[in-house]
Amino acid sequence: MEYYLQLFINGLVVGSIYSLVALGFVVIYKATKVVNFAQGEMVMVGAYVCFGLTVQLHVPFVWAFLMTLGFSVILGLAVERLALRPLIGEAHICVIMVTIGLSSVLKSIVQLIWGTQIKVYPEVLPSTPIIIAGLPVAPVYIAAFALSGVLFAVFTVFFKYSRMGIAMRATAHDQQAAQSMGIGIRGIFALSWCIASVVSTVGGVILGNINGINSHLGVLGLKVFPAVIMGGLDSLLGAALGGLIIGVLENVCDGLAKDLFDLGGFREVAAFVVLVAILMIKPYGLFGTEEIERV
Amino acid sequence: MHGKCGLFFESYRAEAAVFQSGFQRTCLGIFIVLLLASPLVLDSYFVSMLNLICIAVIGAVSLNLLTGVCGQISLGHGAFLGVGAYVAAQATLHGVPFLAALLLGGFAAAAVGMVFGVPSLRLKGIYLAIATLAAQLILEYVFLHWESVTGGSRGLIVDAPQILGYSFDNERKIFYLLFSITALSLLMVTNVMRTRHGRAFVSIRDFYLSAEIAGVNLFGYKLAAFGLSSFLAGVAGGLWAHYTLFLSAEQFNIGLSISYLAMIIIGGLGSVVGSVMGAVFMTLLPEVLNGLSNSISDVLPNISQYIVALREGVFGLVLILFLIFEPEGLANRWRLIKAYWKLYPFAH
Repeated sequence: MEYYLQLFINGLVVGSIYSLVALGFVVIYKATKVVNFAQGEMVMVGAYVCFGLTVQLHVPFVWAFLMTLGFSVILGLAVERLALRPLIGEAHICVIMVTIGLSSVLKSIVQLIWGTQIKVYPEVLPSTPIIIAGLPVAPVYIAAFALSGVLFAVFTVFFKYSRMGIAMRATAHDQQAAQSMGIGIRGIFALSWCIASVVSTVGGVILGNINGINSHLGVLGLKVFPAVIMGGLDSLLGAALGGLIIGVLENVCDGLAKDLFDLGGFREVAAFVVLVAILMIKPYGLFGTEEIERV
Repeated sequence: MHGKCGLFFESYRAEAAVFQSGFQRTCLGIFIVLLLASPLVLDSYFVSMLNLICIAVIGAVSLNLLTGVCGQISLGHGAFLGVGAYVAAQATLHGVPFLAALLLGGFAAAAVGMVFGVPSLRLKGIYLAIATLAAQLILEYVFLHWESVTGGSRGLIVDAPQILGYSFDNERKIFYLLFSITALSLLMVTNVMRTRHGRAFVSIRDFYLSAEIAGVNLFGYKLAAFGLSSFLAGVAGGLWAHYTLFLSAEQFNIGLSISYLAMIIIGGLGSVVGSVMGAVFMTLLPEVLNGLSNSISDVLPNISQYIVALREGVFGLVLILFLIFEPEGLANRWRLIKAYWKLYPFAH
């Protein structure tokens, strides 16, 4: 039982990172209706830039973290301006393919600069575990969880009360109406890519602190799909919960598959099996907007 | 249709003909004869390129039928290829004749494709893309872990294809086999596009609601598109298995699905000629890069360790550039070039 509790806690931590990445995904989807397959690679780039700054250039971690955030803002802007803006109004498949192309390019840049070996972050937090409910939990896990929580709170407030946030929601709801009320759509698109890039970077840095990073980190981006589909593609709360649920689910299912059927590596697909089931039963997720069509 | 000057039709049948002029027919005939003769003069490296292109063409044209013609995005095409490959390989290993095994692989892939195509009734656009992505990853897992059938990570050794006791055991012999099956598949897809089914597919792609109002059974035709497309993918997979003589689970990963999508985008969505061009382009791209890196390895001796990353980067870059600057694909560019030369001195 304790084993499963441990899996559950691991799942929550991994899930909180999924939530962050899913948050970035949902912000982009809400504002621009673009499905971003490069979200995982954005996580990876952020993680590697922070690694480069702290380990290779010996910048103190806090400064490195802030500089990485600055970099991710530029990355988000550049990606939106160079790759996505020319494709506004094109078919789904073209937009999907451009983000896939982007993910290849980002991955290749990371591999060219840092190689494919696993890189380990220096220890920022102490490694002595804290005991919670009789279980040892590493401080970095708690920090990860807390940081994700804080970011979610910030973005919820941002979308609910700030002028910019309301403008973004208006754009998501109806682009034409928003534009005729004087909202600059381009600015909103750029901003949503910035936000997505920043939250993915935070996710990447947290992940680097937990596991170390390698050039296959981008696979994480695929895990986001079950999370966002579960929550509903355009709901922030849904992304948060979906991420946590998927994180827990895949860890526990992995444990179960190992115990009951002696199957290894079930973690990789558990989330997708769930995804297919959700799509069959409730295609617009737990909190998503249902598109109702009548002739 | 881009009608030509002086070319007009008196019946729908004439307009829907595969060859609208004798000149087209002659050109294609000469091209095919040249292709058939080429293995006799080329060395076996180039013949192996041709073979890989043939397999890629079948895969690309089948995906184009589903995605380009019917408008259903599939990120699981690589896995459907894999299903065909494993089924055909197991069939020949159990003594089924090669051609029957190939068909068996095709039907198995069609069945799997249709199962994963069922959600397409309720899902559209990105939801369908994500559902097929799930199919890809789940099938990949099955390939890797169902070891009694697929050999898992150790792989599966396959015999060279044999038809009526004649063994296709070198690059040249197998080229003629691959070429004829590729030609058949291209003919099949071209003809499907001219039939009632093909027109129904196009109407679903253009606007599904209008299609339904016009009496097209959405579910039936979408499922038919998935089935037909996966069948050809399965055949391509079976051919690939019997060409490389070795199968491993990593062969059919998501990268393969993505590269097939890239082929049809670069070639041109919904165009048979485009699928061929895209397949040729995407098969030759890594080879050209390899060649380039070899030729500059004297100047930059470390280039070979970066080649994998470089290849991926160039692939992504080419894809992005095509989408931005040539969204209609190579097929459209080819059409424009032909139009330019037709009016050459007076082109404006």
